[in-house]
Amino acid sequence: MVDKALIFSGYGVNSEMESAVALQRAGMASDVVHVNDVIAKRVKLNDYRMLVLPGGFSYGDDTGSGNAYAWRLRNNVWDELLEFLDGDNLVLGICNGFQILVNLGLLPAFGKKRERTAALMPNQSGVFQCRPVTLKPASESFWTRGIERVDCPVAHGEGNFYCSAGDLKRLEEKKLVAFRYVKPDLTLANREFPFNPNGALSDIAGILSEDRKVLGLMPHPERAMESIQLRDGFLQKELARRAGKRLSMESHNLQLFRNAVNYFK
Amino acid sequence: MVAHRIEVAYRLDSRIAQRTAGLKALGFKVENVRLVDVYTLSRDFSRKQLGKIGSILANPVFQDFTVDKATQTDFDFAVEVGFLPGVTDNVGTTAQEMIEDALKAKFKPGEAVHSSQLFLFDGDSKQAKAIGLELANPLIQRIHAKTRQGYGQAGMDVVVPKVKLDELLKAERVDLELDDEALAELGKKGILDPKTGVRRGPLALDLPYLHAIRDYFLKQGRKPTDVELESLAQTWSEHCKHTIFAAAMDDDVPEGLYKTYIQGATRAVRKKKGKNDFCVSVFSDNSGAIVFDEEFLVTHKVETHNSPSALDPFGGAITGIVGVNRDTIGFGLGAKPAINVYGFCFGNPQSKPQLYRGKNKADPAIAPRRVMEGVVRGVNAGGNQSGIPTPQGFCYFDDRYAGKPLVFVGTVGVMPCKINGRKLYVKKAEPGDVIVMVGGRVGKDGIHGATFSSEAMDFGSPATSVQIGDPITQKKLSDALVKEARDLGLYHSITDNGAGGLSCSVAEMAKECNGCFVELDKVPLKYPGMAPWEIWISESQERMTVAVPQEKLEAFMDLMQRRGVEATAIGSFTNSGRCVVAYHGETVMDVGLGFLHDGLPKKHLHSTFKPLKHPEPKPSAKKDFGKTLLSMLSRKNIASTEFVSTQYDHAVQGGLVVGPLQGKGRVQGQASLTKVVLGSKKAVALSQATYPRYSDIDAYHMACAGIDSAIRNLVALGADPEKIALLDNFCWCSSNEPTRLGQLKRAVKACYDAATAFEAPFISGKDSMFNDFLGFDGKNNPVKISIPPTLLVSSMAVVDDAEKAVTLDSKVDGDTVYVVGPTKNETGGSEYFAWLGYLGNRVPEVDFAANKKRYERFHQAVQKGLVASAYPLGLGGLGVALAKTAIAGKLGLDLDVQTGLKPDEWLFSESQGRLLVTLDPKNVEAFEKIMGSDAVKIGKVGGTRLRVNDWLDVGVDALESAYKQVFSHGG
Repeated sequence: MVDKALIFSGYGVNSEMESAVALQRAGMASDVVHVNDVIAKRVKLNDYRMLVLPGGFSYGDDTGSGNAYAWRLRNNVWDELLEFLDGDNLVLGICNGFQILVNLGLLPAFGKKRERTAALMPNQSGVFQCRPVTLKPASESFWTRGIERVDCPVAHGEGNFYCSAGDLKRLEEKKLVAFRYVKPDLTLANREFPFNPNGALSDIAGILSEDRKVLGLMPHPERAMESIQLRDGFLQKELARRAGKRLSMESHNLQLFRNAVNYFK
Repeated sequence: MVAHRIEVAYRLDSRIAQRTAGLKALGFKVENVRLVDVYTLSRDFSRKQLGKIGSILANPVFQDFTVDKATQTDFDFAVEVGFLPGVTDNVGTTAQEMIEDALKAKFKPGEAVHSSQLFLFDGDSKQAKAIGLELANPLIQRIHAKTRQGYGQAGMDVVVPKVKLDELLKAERVDLELDDEALAELGKKGILDPKTGVRRGPLALDLPYLHAIRDYFLKQGRKPTDVELESLAQTWSEHCKHTIFAAAMDDDVPEGLYKTYIQGATRAVRKKKGKNDFCVSVFSDNSGAIVFDEEFLVTHKVETHNSPSALDPFGGAITGIVGVNRDTIGFGLGAKPAINVYGFCFGNPQSKPQLYRGKNKADPAIAPRRVMEGVVRGVNAGGNQSGIPTPQGFCYFDDRYAGKPLVFVGTVGVMPCKINGRKLYVKKAEPGDVIVMVGGRVGKDGIHGATFSSEAMDFGSPATSVQIGDPITQKKLSDALVKEARDLGLYHSITDNGAGGLSCSVAEMAKECNGCFVELDKVPLKYPGMAPWEIWISESQERMTVAVPQEKLEAFMDLMQRRGVEATAIGSFTNSGRCVVAYHGETVMDVGLGFLHDGLPKKHLHSTFKPLKHPEPKPSAKKDFGKTLLSMLSRKNIASTEFVSTQYDHAVQGGLVVGPLQGKGRVQGQASLTKVVLGSKKAVALSQATYPRYSDIDAYHMACAGIDSAIRNLVALGADPEKIALLDNFCWCSSNEPTRLGQLKRAVKACYDAATAFEAPFISGKDSMFNDFLGFDGKNNPVKISIPPTLLVSSMAVVDDAEKAVTLDSKVDGDTVYVVGPTKNETGGSEYFAWLGYLGNRVPEVDFAANKKRYERFHQAVQKGLVASAYPLGLGGLGVALAKTAIAGKLGLDLDVQTGLKPDEWLFSESQGRLLVTLDPKNVEAFEKIMGSDAVKIGKVGGTRLRVNDWLDVGVDALESAYKQVFSHGG
């Protein structure tokens, strides 16, 4: 059987299609499944190797981003989720998916205690921010292999990562900070807007679970899979033309999805 | 009544500084403005259950909750803002759904969760009332304030906004055997409610219409019911039937402006294009559609939501954007909303005009600053939550929009042409199909919305026309329909419920099979007590009407149920030739479809036109125009409104190629490029253009400039000028006055001339004809403010290879700079003259043939990869174009210009048809060979300054700060 990804949809999740296309480009097939079909057991989580919680605006961010969708999962498919997490499977949450994962307590989940200990609070600016950012891997794992940088948009109203000082120390010691916001020259953002677009603690853009099988990420690499989608794509295209070259169609951001797919090889 | 109150307070709130600064900027002396989220539950629960509810509503990482106990902390005064009864409360709805799922306990009718926001302030409590009015809109929200002492231990009051209705629950007969004066009053103010003695709100039916209705029912041998009269008023409204565009005008346009000039232009263009015609569906459906590739088509539609946005800017705008999304979902068998666009015309946000709808300062108009803030936020909420990217839009400012803003909202959709051999762009309800209403429930929202926008806004404008969209309910419905039910072939036809609600959607679909039968008592309501006429015409949002064949009904209902989408069978389509409506077994409407749709008498309108002379400014004696250019860049119509672009998600759905901000210097472009089919090389280019001030000189040239610009903007981005489709949105004023109709006639004629000359077909359009504010100033003097006649031209083209697109930022030091197209002394109506305080007379005129040829040649140059950057000249002319090209590229420009014009004429004339281009010096020869003498070399890219002759020499950083400082703190 071919390893497949299950991508959740429903209730205002909205990035399921671009997530499926990104995985497809990286070489993995996926099914987009409405969460209610998993709840009704029409689709089984365990038929898949990877679970993707894509970006979106589930329940309109009402009562806090990701909160209502997280409770829908906890109230109805919690046991299936735990069983899936016990297997040799991966979970990727992007933006709203990351918000859902922290609300479920699946990130960072120290000692497999699945309680809410981290949060993605409202942006410091108080306003939704859609703008390009640059990320740098903050630790080594199969997720970040071969990645020097990620250049992609953020698009969220609540991406301000927060946890206790003790948990931050633990995240750093255990190398669970996956990505940090940096300036385009890869120097630290130091919480300076707009490089850090939301005020996130320690410039954290994404974290891993203790067993590294769950990655949550605020920015959207799946929305910048082609070189011309990068913020300086057309400048680079023109420079390449003058150097007698052509830009590669695919952007360097695809490596993140390739890494996930390679985990199963 | 039992009610519980749960308060969720923030232990940590990163927005306090921003929130406090916002109020301080408005002059309030407050500190440390905190927020508490409040949920009021009008249902009983046990203590344990309430504890559980609190724990799911609050995030323990940074919030605390209390149950039936006031949040206790230090503050000086508190202001709570909640919704008035019946106003859409999305947060409350979500909380209710969460509680039902967590406790597996349903709320009964009449029980609900109501959200409110409690703000706690440090500062003088005397400011409470004014702050409340800043935080809330009294039309839809309640404001309660308490001092710390009054708040005490008990805190704020528990308030349940329950709807209490006292309507007549049956249809009433209405007597039309009245004299003309009484009849006119009925048309203007509405049916007299027999129970309350109050008129129900405007029917907006004038005398000839009422006579036609009276004659019809005389022949039927009975009096009409209120349901029938309200229904006819909706169907015959200006909003639905476009009576002004349909009317005969003067002696030379007997078929009316729309048929003659708009439809006529498209017919002529399609004929001329022959096998290159790319139109799939024009004017007949909810959106217009063109070919994308062999597999897909793309749709486009632009709407306005002006009157509702004047009353409640946030609600009006969110309802507008979510509403136009339904014109996509309702196209053919349902296209997927793929791109949103916006265009806002506001009064000066720094002005504080004293405008009241009533005498003695009653019913004040909302200040332009708050209109802008609310409208911007409304489209943010609607578009972002719906998961539709918004890469394209503009803000335009003129004091004459202070009484009535214009809120343009549009949506592009994408759809496969065929699935399983079935053409998805064709729909037809069949007799026997079940009428299913899908989506939200029906309340009093928006009643008289359609007829209301046909009347100028004055005192007595009905408050119930205010509604707030619920994007998530619509997102669920949209996904269930266009991503699932459509491709399973579960329905025959679909249309959206917009203006006029069911009365318009069902009657419209009934044309496809020639009849319908509706049982109004089956329609699910938000609250009991609505009269049948209200259910029939209510404009409650997020609803589609679907024709489901009997044999598919079970599968359709099952799918909707599994997707959490409410769907209800409310009747069936027939072939009786009549629209029949029943309520609890009694027929309350029975009107022939022919009369309903075509019974309205045609109007014959008369127009006049007389050109006016305006004073001209004295020639400028200035030598240095550097400061002038900086002032021009800070004009609101030219300055960056990046704060809007960045709060609208323009990257969702993964297709963003050229977004709203281009180059290192992040300059707002005039056009955008988005992939709507991921993996395809093709992309959709979109643009918009409008020149309202040109109407003050001549609306003919206003329209020509709009069309030429909307085309040029796409050509600059790399679109093929032969593949451009157009949309028209006319927003006019006082359309009962011959002079305004004269301007209209000239503008529409221009549309025909330009569209046929450029061979660009109109595929969709809309009009809004009475954008006037009628009221009083603070001293009871009558005030009328009419918007400048505004035509928004939207353009769309499919770009075959997105990689060949061109952005506006200069790219490389040493590149050659060209102006393509002649600059004439055409400063009339320009931003420059507006800055000088003049209108002038020499409005730009469009040379169709020359511009068309230029655009075609330029496109060849782009296809050959010769062009590094291109900026389509518009407001502010060359001066502004040079500055924006330099700012975007973060590179200077060094230019030596030879011209017979005076410096300010050359710099700021808005002559149409021009492009500012930079390119690799190696491409100079090839470029000049294609463009001919049309392209004039003026200098080089490089350095850090913009220099033009000895006219100006300014640092790029100074240009950038002038361009960005105006809205650097948002609106």
